[in-house]
Parts: sequence; C-alpha cells; structure tokens
Amino acid sequence: MMAAISLKVNGQVHTVDVDPETPLLDVLGDELHLRGPKFGCGLAQCGACSVLIQGEVRRSCVMPVGAVKQQEVTTLEGLGTPEKPHAIQTAFIQEGAAQCGFCLSGVMLTAKALLDENPKATDEEMREAMSGILCRCFTHTRMLRAIKRYQKARA
Amino acid sequence: MRKEISRRDFLQTSGALVVCLSAGSFMEPLARAQGPFDTHQSHIDPEKLDSWLAVGADGTVTAYTGKCDFGQGMYTVQTQLVAEELCVSLNNVKLIQCDTAVTPDQGTTSGSQSTPTNFNTQNLAQAAATARETLVGMAAGKLGVPADQLMIENGVVSAKGGGHVSYGELIGGKHFDIPVNAAAKRRSPGEWRVLGKSVPSWDAVALMTGTFEFVHNVHVPGMVHGRVVRPPESGATVVRVDEESVRHVRGLIKVVVRNNFVGVVAEKQWQAAQAAKDLKVTWKPGPGLPPQKSFYDAMRKEPSRDVMLVNSKDVDHKLRSAARVLKATYLHPYQAHGSIGSSCAVADVQADRATIWSATQSVYPTQHGIAALTGLPLEGVRVIFVRGAGCYGLNAADTVSYDAALLSQAVRKPVRVQLTRQDEFTSENYGSACVIEQQAGLKASGAIEVWDCETWAASLGGRPGYDKPGNVITGMLAGFEPEAIIPRAATEPAGELSNGSNAVPSYVAGCINGKCAGAGSIRSERVLMHMVKSPFFTGPLRSPLRLQNTFAHECFMDEICAYAKADPVAYRLQHLREPRMIDVVKAAAKAANWDARPSPGPGVARSGIVTGSGIACVAYEGDNGYAALIAEVEVDQASGTVRPMRFVIAHDCGPISNPEGLRNQIEGGILQGTSRALGEEITWDERKVTSIDWQSYKTLPLGIQVPVIESVLINRPEVDATGAGETAITLVAAAIGNAVFDASGVRLREVPFTPDRVQAALSSRLKPA
Repeated sequence: MMAAISLKVNGQVHTVDVDPETPLLDVLGDELHLRGPKFGCGLAQCGACSVLIQGEVRRSCVMPVGAVKQQEVTTLEGLGTPEKPHAIQTAFIQEGAAQCGFCLSGVMLTAKALLDENPKATDEEMREAMSGILCRCFTHTRMLRAIKRYQKARA
Repeated sequence: MRKEISRRDFLQTSGALVVCLSAGSFMEPLARAQGPFDTHQSHIDPEKLDSWLAVGADGTVTAYTGKCDFGQGMYTVQTQLVAEELCVSLNNVKLIQCDTAVTPDQGTTSGSQSTPTNFNTQNLAQAAATARETLVGMAAGKLGVPADQLMIENGVVSAKGGGHVSYGELIGGKHFDIPVNAAAKRRSPGEWRVLGKSVPSWDAVALMTGTFEFVHNVHVPGMVHGRVVRPPESGATVVRVDEESVRHVRGLIKVVVRNNFVGVVAEKQWQAAQAAKDLKVTWKPGPGLPPQKSFYDAMRKEPSRDVMLVNSKDVDHKLRSAARVLKATYLHPYQAHGSIGSSCAVADVQADRATIWSATQSVYPTQHGIAALTGLPLEGVRVIFVRGAGCYGLNAADTVSYDAALLSQAVRKPVRVQLTRQDEFTSENYGSACVIEQQAGLKASGAIEVWDCETWAASLGGRPGYDKPGNVITGMLAGFEPEAIIPRAATEPAGELSNGSNAVPSYVAGCINGKCAGAGSIRSERVLMHMVKSPFFTGPLRSPLRLQNTFAHECFMDEICAYAKADPVAYRLQHLREPRMIDVVKAAAKAANWDARPSPGPGVARSGIVTGSGIACVAYEGDNGYAALIAEVEVDQASGTVRPMRFVIAHDCGPISNPEGLRNQIEGGILQGTSRALGEEITWDERKVTSIDWQSYKTLPLGIQVPVIESVLINRPEVDATGAGETAITLVAAAIGNAVFDASGVRLREVPFTPDRVQAALSSRLKPA
C-alpha cells in the first residue's frame, strides 16, 4: 500500500509516496538520494545505516518510514557540510579516521549521541556505546582517537 | 545522477575540472550527456604516453590509472606520484581510476601489486617522468635555454635568467603523441616534495560529511531495483519457480530465471525485497556438505593438484639422521571478506551495449565476464569502477555486478542490485581453509638442519579473470563452469624460487638448481603444496594463503625455539640471511624492548591472568615487503579469553609514499588480523553455510579494548617500492599464538583462538604428560 508520507530530514520537509513499511534507509537513499546512511546488513547488527532521530541514534534499516512521523531525522550529511563540518567531523578529518569509510554513520553518530548525552563519558562507557558498531577495515585506533578529540573539543 | 565521461572530455573541459576540485568535490563525475562511446576497443595502449596523462589548456593534469582505491589510499598516493613527477601541486592533478572506456587495462587491483606496478620504473610513474622530461624539452626550445638551466614550479617552466612558459601553453589540450620513454629519469627521493609526505587522504572530507559517492549511492535515470534469490543450500538447483507467488507484490516488474540464477526486479527496493522473500522456488537439494568436524582430515584425502616448490632431495635422509625431529599440524578455517556493506552494483544493459557501475577490483576482466553473460560484444560493455565498502579481496562485488547485468538485460532498464547480508555471506569467495603439516630435524647443537612442509588448500573458482565467469556464484548459477582442479602430481621444481604464497618458510635457503632465493639458510628443504576441491567458492582474501602459511611457519619456528630453549628472536636471526628480514626482526625487538629468553616465561601461573610476548616475521610473497610483529597478550585462563594489549611492528616496503597512510594500513591490518585470529570462521551444517550474519560470524566491534599499536617504519628510498597492504595482517595470528604460548605454555595450532579452544588447550595442559 502506497501512501504520501511527510518526513523532516536534515531540516527540510520532504513528501514521498511509498509503502509505510518501507525501511527509512530506503527512503533516505533511494528517494532523497542521501549518501550518509548505508545498507550494511539490514539487520541492525552493524550500525552503517545509523541516523539521529530527535537526537537519538537509531538504525534506519529496520525502522519503517511510517513510524518516523513528525520526528526530526538527521543523517551524517546533516551534521555539517564539506565547507563547514561539524566538530565531530572535523575531529575525524584531523585524525584521518577512515579507510573505506562505509561504516562512518554508525561510528560518528553513535559517538556524538553518547557525548551529547554524557559529555564526560569514560572509556568504559564509550566502549559500551560502541559495542554494536562494526568497522571491517578496523580503523579502530584512529576512530577512538577522533572521538576523544571531539570529546575534548566540545568540553 | 551518474553521467558518463570520455577521455576527450578531460582535454576539452579541464576548466570544469578546476571548478570541481576547488569546490572540494573530488568524487562528483563530470556532468556529460550519456553518449556513444568514443574510445572503446582495448584501445588504450600502455606504451603511449597519452594513455596515462593529459594536460588541459589551463595546465590541469589528468592521469589515468588501472589501479583503484578501495579505502587503502591508492588514489591519494597515485595523485602524489603524478604531482611529484610533473612538479605540479596536488590540486592540479585529477586521477581517473579503473574505467574500461578511459583507463589502461592494468588487470586486477590486488595482491599488494599496485605500488610495485605503478611506482617503480614503468607504467604511471614512468609516464609521468616521460611527460615532465618532454615538457622541459619543449620549454627549452621555446625559451631558447638549455634544459638543464630550467626549473619547474607548479607546472610553469622558467629559465634562471628570466622567461617562463606553462605546461598549458606548451601542450594544453593537445596529445603528446609519443611513447612512454623507459629511459626517462624519475625524480630521486631526495628531491621529493609531495611524494613521501603524509598528505591527508583525498576522500576524508567527503567521507566524514557523508557526501562521498559509493557504488551504493549511484543513481541513473530510470533505475529500478533487483534482488537475487540464491539457492537455499550448497549445490541446490531450480526445479520450478512459481511466479504467481509474487503477483501480489506491488511494483513488481519481472521474475528472472536463467538456469539456476533467480532474481526479481521491482520499481522500489523494498518491493524487490518483498518479492525475493515471497517468491516460491522449488529447489532440488544439493549433494550435501562434508561434516565440518572432520573437514580438515577429509581435505587431506581428496585428489589434489600438487606443486613442489623446493626440494633438496635429502630431506627424508636428513630427517632420519637428525638428533631430534619435531612435527606439528596447523589448521586454518575458511574466512569471509565480510565487507561492512553488503555488495551492490548498477547495470544498464541495452540491446547492443551495457554500462556497469561496479566496485570490482577488475574492471577489464569484469567487462569480459559481463560480455560472456549477456552475449554482448566486448566493445559494447563498459565497466566503471565506483568504490564499495572495503573488499579485502574478492568479496561479492564481481558477482553482484553479474547479478545486476542479468537482471537489467531481462528488463531492459537500469537495475540496481543490493545483496542482503545473508546473500553476501553465502555468495562470496571465502579465504581458503588450509592444513599445514610441518616437520623439522635438529642438529645436536639445537640448530635446524632440515625443514619439510606439506600444505593442503581448498579451492573452488576464484577470480573470474577474462574467461571464467563461473568462478563466482552468479556465473556458475547462470551456467558457466568454475575452473576445474585437475589432479596432478608435482613435478620437480625448476627455474627460480617462486614464493608468492609464502608456502616456503623464511628460514630455508630456497635453492633450485644451485640458485638460492630463500630468505633463510637451511639447505635441506622440501615444500609440497596440494590444491584440493572445495565445497565452497574460494578466492583471494587479504594475504591469501600467505597468511595461513605464515601462521604455520612462524608458530612452528616458535615451537622449535622452545624445544631448543632458545630466544625466539635470536634463534630466528640465526637462521635468516636476507638482510631486510634481519633488519625488521632487530628493529621490532628493539622497539618492543624484547626480553631475550626462551618461551614460555619462567614460572607460568596455572590460573588467573597471565601475560606473554610473541614474534613473527615474513618476507611477504618472498620479496614484496618485509615485516616483523611482536604481540603482547593477556590470557585469562578462567575464561580462555585472549586479549592482545600491545603490538610493535617493524615494516619495510622500500620507499614510503605516504607515512600516515602506511600507518593507517598497518594498524587496520593488525586489528583485522586480530579479529580473524580470535573469532572469524565460516561454519556449516550438513547442507548449508550457517555463518550468515554478524551474530553467527564473529568480528571485533569498535567497543573492544583496542591494543596499543606502535609502527616502526623503515624507509628505503634507494630500492624498488613494494606493496604494503597485506604484510602486517600476515603476521598477526602467528604473533598472537606465540605470545599465548609464552604466557601460558599452551600451543594453539588451530585458528581462530576462541575461548572454547583456548580453554580446551589449557585444560589438556593440566593433565599429566
């Protein structure tokens, strides 16, 4: 069943004509042509599809678009722009914290959501927050450095 | 939206390129109407300079490479190379990678071969050097000044006494029309300004801001969505496909069946996913799978294709007369590439031509494969590389490109195919399972006199190359045969030692007919490899066979050291003769502050947490990079958990192109190797693969306690550049295994070192001998 669905993404309102059961990720990628959230597993096991919904990190691959309703969606490209990156993006750029970069939505948005909620998060709390995020290039050392750099910058 | 570009565009529209670069939009392709090809037919002659480089009227340099970037930094370092050789700034170089319409055929981007291929004295490097010398010669004529009195700064050639001319003025918009000059002199590393420097990765800003275009983000006009329906078990074949079962799916365009290939196409991705899920296919069951429990034993009984790599012919005799003979068998499982993004491709197959946007490592071979699958003439098929998630070898990028082509051809529309996670895990070509049997004979002095190694590797399919589309699952399902393993006995080694798979341990002399090319000194040596048929598709996975073999060699070396009560570093050095190997071993030991003593450490506690260190070293592929790795681990003897705490590596890849980029590769390789050593293993039951998602296939997440990694980079500007993407990972399982032995006295001979296996080994240790 198709329906006109209104969606607020990165500050803009879009209307799409899709089955409300469609995963939010498909709408972001196929209809709005956003590149931040990626299809990694479709099972909420890796984090590559992560977006922020009302500031909370969510996995868009298993979230029906119909469930988003009026809540504001932010993707990785909604944080900052290449010309004016967000502080966490700057931290990752400065640390060169990527190889293929496919996992970054999960890594950066999860870290941002954690530190927004708990700016003084300990290493243990960070590990806990990142325990469901995968990077198969294993750029862990640089990513964790970048997260710490951001934590310091935002303090 | 994706549009196609041609080589001519770069000469004609270089102004647009500058705008593109200054906007920071590295990846956005040039907007250009999708027109007929103007430069197909393997048309791009690598002997010609114009095949590699073009200079626009404004001086912008466009370089063409057949070696592409999968996240390992090849785009950045190749840009540095061209900028260095031509004396222009990085921003004035635009690199075009891997597109059958515009780049030279450089085969496959793999095997740590990109740097050796393009950074020494041929191909891209030599073309760039030729271009610089040619431009300087032209400037000398124009300015009336001898070439040796000219200098170049950012594409402007100037005479010391005044007068200057730019590259754009000299040749802008025109072809060089000369061959690549093998005698052109490369700039010496002493003069380097941008090569050898830690230039930030070209894609960092786009990646971090979510604007980078992956193949998953490609959209073309009129594109629809496909999904595949793979056989539910290995070897199952199609009996009947009930198209009625998906009539209810809105947006469905077509159910596509070709031989045993089944797929669906729908307007939207979600609709295609629903159709793939609901489609009723009657399958004839496959022949079943051999029990995993006894698989390694079964491998050894299979008919095999054998290769004898080295044979001094005195091995049996020396083993009989040795003061002591040690034996051990090492086991390595099938492992997955497990790309974080399930593979994706877009194909637009029309009546007489096709365009494929693909994350393949092999655009030209894939062009051949697609031509074979679709029946289109080769010159009508264009394959354009667009990066996917890191592949680490032959993941499902090739097979999904075939999927997209078959589905697009069936519906005559551009089709995007996204594999599911389960498709990815069951569609890809796994890293081979291996059994490696080692024997060594020791002299009374404790030194090694004879080394005998026999390996079995399971193989099916592999890279499709130019003529074997059946080497990946889609080609096989569509009716092409995978390359057969024809059993054959080994012949005696001839020619020079070839150690591309690191089947030959570093400690033997590697002598064939008196010519010794091994890294070590042991003269009594035999290495026999058996290739046996695998029940699963296999293919190159980061450090293919080199990793498995090195695990066995370096752990066995450690076992010998322990028997000889020798320090593992000193004992290795005693048997090595390759100076670059000796240097990395010494450098790693020094940096790690290595405690010189035999393993295991004195007074190993039988309970609680124990710690230890282990070393491993390799001459990657015999001569394509050198490294020694020291691992420091904690072993929790109650849970069987192994926790690496610190790694120290000494790494020599010749002249270093980008030190930070190299460190990034080394660190990633070490942690990927750690994940593979500690948890990764393909599993199966009697009919099908059971490791199909991230719960059943274990990978180390970001939330681990990340070990400290210290890299000692040995820069050797005076020698040829080697690869660096696979050297570090090759050593990890061995270094960890040796450290576990040092800590606990327990020898782990089977990867992965899961807590269960470690516990079992620890408890067998407690039994009286």
